Amino acid sequence: MLIYALKRLGLAVLVAVVVSALAFLLLRASGDVAIALAGEGARSEDIENIRRIFGLDRPLIVQYLEWAAKMARGDFGTSLFFKTDVHALVLEKLPTTALLALFSLIFALAVSLPLGILAALYPNSWIDRLCLALAVIGQALPSFFFALILMIVFAVMLRLLPVSGSDSWAHFVLPTVVLGYYIAPAIMRLVRAGMIEVLASDYVRTARAKGLSSTSVVLKHALRNALVPVVALSAVQLGFLLGGSVVIETVFALDGLGYLAFQSITHKDLPVTQAIVTLLSLLYVGLTLAADLANAWLDPRIRVGSGS
Amino acid sequence: MTDVAAIPVLDLTTASSGTLLRRRIMAHRGLLIGTGLLTLIVMVALLAPLIAPHDPYAQDLSRRMIPPIWYEKGSWAHLLGTDNLGRDYLSRVLYGSQISLLIGAAVMVISGLIGTVLGLAAGFFGGRVDMIVTFVITVRLALPLILVALAVVATVGGSLWVVILVLGLLKWDRFAVVMRAATQQVRVLDYVAAAEAAGASTLRVIVGEVLPNLLPQLVVVATVEAASAILLEAALSFLGLGVQPPLPSWGLMIAEAKTYMFFSFWLIAIPGTALAVLVFAVNMVGDGIRDVSAPGGRG
Repeated sequence: MLIYALKRLGLAVLVAVVVSALAFLLLRASGDVAIALAGEGARSEDIENIRRIFGLDRPLIVQYLEWAAKMARGDFGTSLFFKTDVHALVLEKLPTTALLALFSLIFALAVSLPLGILAALYPNSWIDRLCLALAVIGQALPSFFFALILMIVFAVMLRLLPVSGSDSWAHFVLPTVVLGYYIAPAIMRLVRAGMIEVLASDYVRTARAKGLSSTSVVLKHALRNALVPVVALSAVQLGFLLGGSVVIETVFALDGLGYLAFQSITHKDLPVTQAIVTLLSLLYVGLTLAADLANAWLDPRIRVGSGS
Repeated sequence: MTDVAAIPVLDLTTASSGTLLRRRIMAHRGLLIGTGLLTLIVMVALLAPLIAPHDPYAQDLSRRMIPPIWYEKGSWAHLLGTDNLGRDYLSRVLYGSQISLLIGAAVMVISGLIGTVLGLAAGFFGGRVDMIVTFVITVRLALPLILVALAVVATVGGSLWVVILVLGLLKWDRFAVVMRAATQQVRVLDYVAAAEAAGASTLRVIVGEVLPNLLPQLVVVATVEAASAILLEAALSFLGLGVQPPLPSWGLMIAEAKTYMFFSFWLIAIPGTALAVLVFAVNMVGDGIRDVSAPGGRG
């Protein structure tokens, strides 16, 4: 297990370095920062000055190393638009997005686990068909359009929930439903496929033959094994949720990292955009690492296979 | 009880594999519905200049916000009403299909080329090539797609071709992952070894023997990616960082109508439904091809 964990960790570090360099270069290469900093109608001397003051005239590799070293120390620079410390700004918005992602994952699991299990127990029944229909609709409906429909129905027509903003718990309900709905079908399909496979296996037949109750067989013997791929998928989906929150947070004006990212992008606030892109990439790397380790722990075959 | 007589008996002795495939296709309702819808939308896109009743860009401020025909105040001159600038909504929706289809097809081709080359190389050569490609895929997956796309479009400037290029250069990961796994499976089969033994060049083995056998998987991924590219363009345009006005992108139309949606729901419902129907059709075609090409059917 230790060798496997160390190998996985080494790979994660390597990915993290490359990803942060890419995030730095990609955003740096796609536009001239100095011109953006100088604003509209700036003279060329001004732009040159800014280039010198911010050190933008040095080789890119030097700029990257300096930026990465600062990032590692928690110095994310100063926001060009909000005129505040980026580190503080990101930390301030992070809890909202983390909560939204967590709520959405819980919502998705709460919907997809029971539905997936039932669909596996009764294939081709109406509940199986319902799952399929939910997945097909979810795949086809644009998330922002679904968000607007929910907004009209629950906030404007029924007046049950607030339209937008982030002042109370009620503001989280609609964004959670929208984001959760988009990751639920993938989890549901995986639970269904995993359960069908596991239910047909020898040890489940043995457990049944021993006379264990069917609830015990389904929940204790089958589910545990069907859950292995779900854990990995959930971690990856959490990364997707953090990215997908850009659209949903912007639609609902939920004041989290996604909305901040959108604002920073539209205002060409490079330090903020870079910090968020890097942060989300590193989070994804960390989550997949955690998922792989959790999987290896749940299923010893994985760590033996890759560790040898 | 099932009526035994109603079960079609396939004459396996005379039916060729082509005939069997055709029978499977005709028996698959989802594939037929999807293909039908998609053909219809492609026809609409191609014939838009002929069937659109008005110029999709022509503004008429005296005829703003006319509701569709099924509302009391609807007008036969504008079947789906007009938008806040008095542009005919039906014409805009019809022309909008061109944008979505172009995005789906172009992104699919660009990302498909990149992903297929990477996946084939990794799966065929294995070893160090596989290690490098797997690493590149991992790095790509770690980058938040929507954020990077938004940021690049914002700095480069939004236009149809920028969106196509950005999405095409970012969305190859699924092609690479699927093609890599599929190539690994085919690589060890006898006919590949036979072609190599017969002295065929590596390129010939890959293009002539491996690739044709991966076509079903490739087509399935291609439909998934086309559908997802269409949705992404809509989201980018909706956020104002994609296709720019006055182009009638469906995502952009929803963004423009957002201010009025509480009083004129149809303004967002019409382009939203158009998007959903197109993506549904593409997904149905993809699912259908997967079912029909895999003899075992749906797992």
